[in-house]
Amino acid sequence: MITLPATLTDFTLADARDAVHAKKVSSKELTTAYVKAVAAARPLNAFVTETPERALEMAVASDVRIAHGVARPLEGLPLAIKDLFCTKGVKTTAGSNILSNFIPPYESTVSQNLWDAGAVMLGKTNMDEFAMGSSNETSHFGPVLNPWRARNSNANLVPGGSSGGSAAAVSGNLCLAATGTDTGGSIRQPAAVTGIVGMKPTYGRCSRWGIVAFASSLDQAGPMTRTVRDAAILLKHMASVDPKDSTSVDIPVPDYEEGIEAGVKGLRVGIPKEYRIDGAPPEIDALWSKGASWLKELGAEIVEVSLPHTKYALPTYYIVAPAEASSNLARYDGVRYGRRAAGSGDIIELYERSRAEGFGKEVQRRILIGTYVLSSGYYDAYYARAQKLRTLIARDFDEAFKKCDVLLTPATPGPAFGVGEKTADPVSMYLNDVFTVTVNLAGLPGISVPAGLTANGLPLGLQFIGKAFDEATILRAARAIELASGFDAKPVQWWRAT
Amino acid sequence: MSVDKDTVRRIAKLSRIALDEARVGPMVDELNGIFAWVQQLNEVNVEGVPPLTSVVAQRLKMREDEITDGGNANALMANAPEGEDHFFVVPKVVE
Repeated sequence: MITLPATLTDFTLADARDAVHAKKVSSKELTTAYVKAVAAARPLNAFVTETPERALEMAVASDVRIAHGVARPLEGLPLAIKDLFCTKGVKTTAGSNILSNFIPPYESTVSQNLWDAGAVMLGKTNMDEFAMGSSNETSHFGPVLNPWRARNSNANLVPGGSSGGSAAAVSGNLCLAATGTDTGGSIRQPAAVTGIVGMKPTYGRCSRWGIVAFASSLDQAGPMTRTVRDAAILLKHMASVDPKDSTSVDIPVPDYEEGIEAGVKGLRVGIPKEYRIDGAPPEIDALWSKGASWLKELGAEIVEVSLPHTKYALPTYYIVAPAEASSNLARYDGVRYGRRAAGSGDIIELYERSRAEGFGKEVQRRILIGTYVLSSGYYDAYYARAQKLRTLIARDFDEAFKKCDVLLTPATPGPAFGVGEKTADPVSMYLNDVFTVTVNLAGLPGISVPAGLTANGLPLGLQFIGKAFDEATILRAARAIELASGFDAKPVQWWRAT
Repeated sequence: MSVDKDTVRRIAKLSRIALDEARVGPMVDELNGIFAWVQQLNEVNVEGVPPLTSVVAQRLKMREDEITDGGNANALMANAPEGEDHFFVVPKVVE
């Protein structure tokens, strides 16, 4: 029995799929409702590019397929795509001035997989420039606002980052689901502070081909959705084995949706003691304990574990990621694509001025850090040491997973903060990723699931970390938390004209 | 270890980013703040620890050395700031 929600944009991805397949609602009706929601939400600045004409064309084509009985798994379902995924013929900026006029002549593997499954593109979402940021404030196209505000407050909050536009779009019901990418927490951290589900799969699960590169050994695409089931559905259709990405792993993509209701009875859940940090609000610890007790009541076994090198993960990341970024971003030279500075006398000046004008402050800072730690005389002291630390961090997880099946941690050290609150001090901004970054360094899957609200009504998330390619188990555990917490809060739609 | 103004100018040059002289001083402070925080990695004994170079337990994929793509010159040039007859145009490099 399929019942339609009062407003079409309130659908979950799973329910919309079932309703569209059962012809209870057409893709055109559903897509039209989302196109209107996107247009009405411009104050949030969640989209860099809206593609309403393309969306309606795709929707009409989907309705034809449905009428002919040849519907594909995501037929007619409107999604938002982070502006880091190259989309053929549709501007792809990576949130940067240097790519502000770039129209890719090719499609990323992940987005192609989604279109091949029948999905509809609503547009490209705003993000921190080149995915470097934790608040979506480094975007050349301006900050994204969090749909959530604290109770009795009109203050604008950040949606987290770098996938801040995708997080705001899913949280504000501007799309059924969205894609994100996560290099140090860029899916899970914004998901947590906007009250949605965000998953970073195992490194190698989703192809990186056609995704603008930031730090290639850490970058991974993943789903951002309103429910755990939706994350399972979207991941299944984003993931693939891709010959165009040499790090894409040759493991068939399972049906992640199948096992999510299996419960946590007998599951060994590790609690890493090093994730209890000084200065975190007491609400974070309280929610974490509550999460553990919910799982225990449901029959899971709670095990204390140790990840001794946790405190070194962020500084390690801030050597490894800028090093890789300085190399990846060398391609922006103002010659082959992207913006070129006008009136340069010689080729070196052309490079230097194009890059100075094209890159924002945070990106320039990280390129300089990366260039320094890779430069002659400093390589061993910084980069080589960081790569060894990375081994120790990965080994910590190997040891912990001898005693447990999944790890439960907080997702962020606090709820959403105010626009402009942390931009003056880079290190305080970096600390937002303290609970998420370890997972990228070790290549493991992680999922953030909404689990409660702060006293002033802002969402908080819990994170599960799994063994490599064991996405199924963290999805099942996250589903248990989703049920136990009964989290169903939604932001008030203050951005709509009244 | 900390950086000074000359070092910042040198790495900006290596990075091919024109850094305004007014930005050099603040950049010194920003980078030193970050490097001071990163110094804590020196507490860890990494003697004998191999560097992690891949998190994927998989051999690098090999394929036949054959042409799989090409003939896309128009598409490749479509985003060039300046181009002529499938050539990228830059300021004169050789006198």
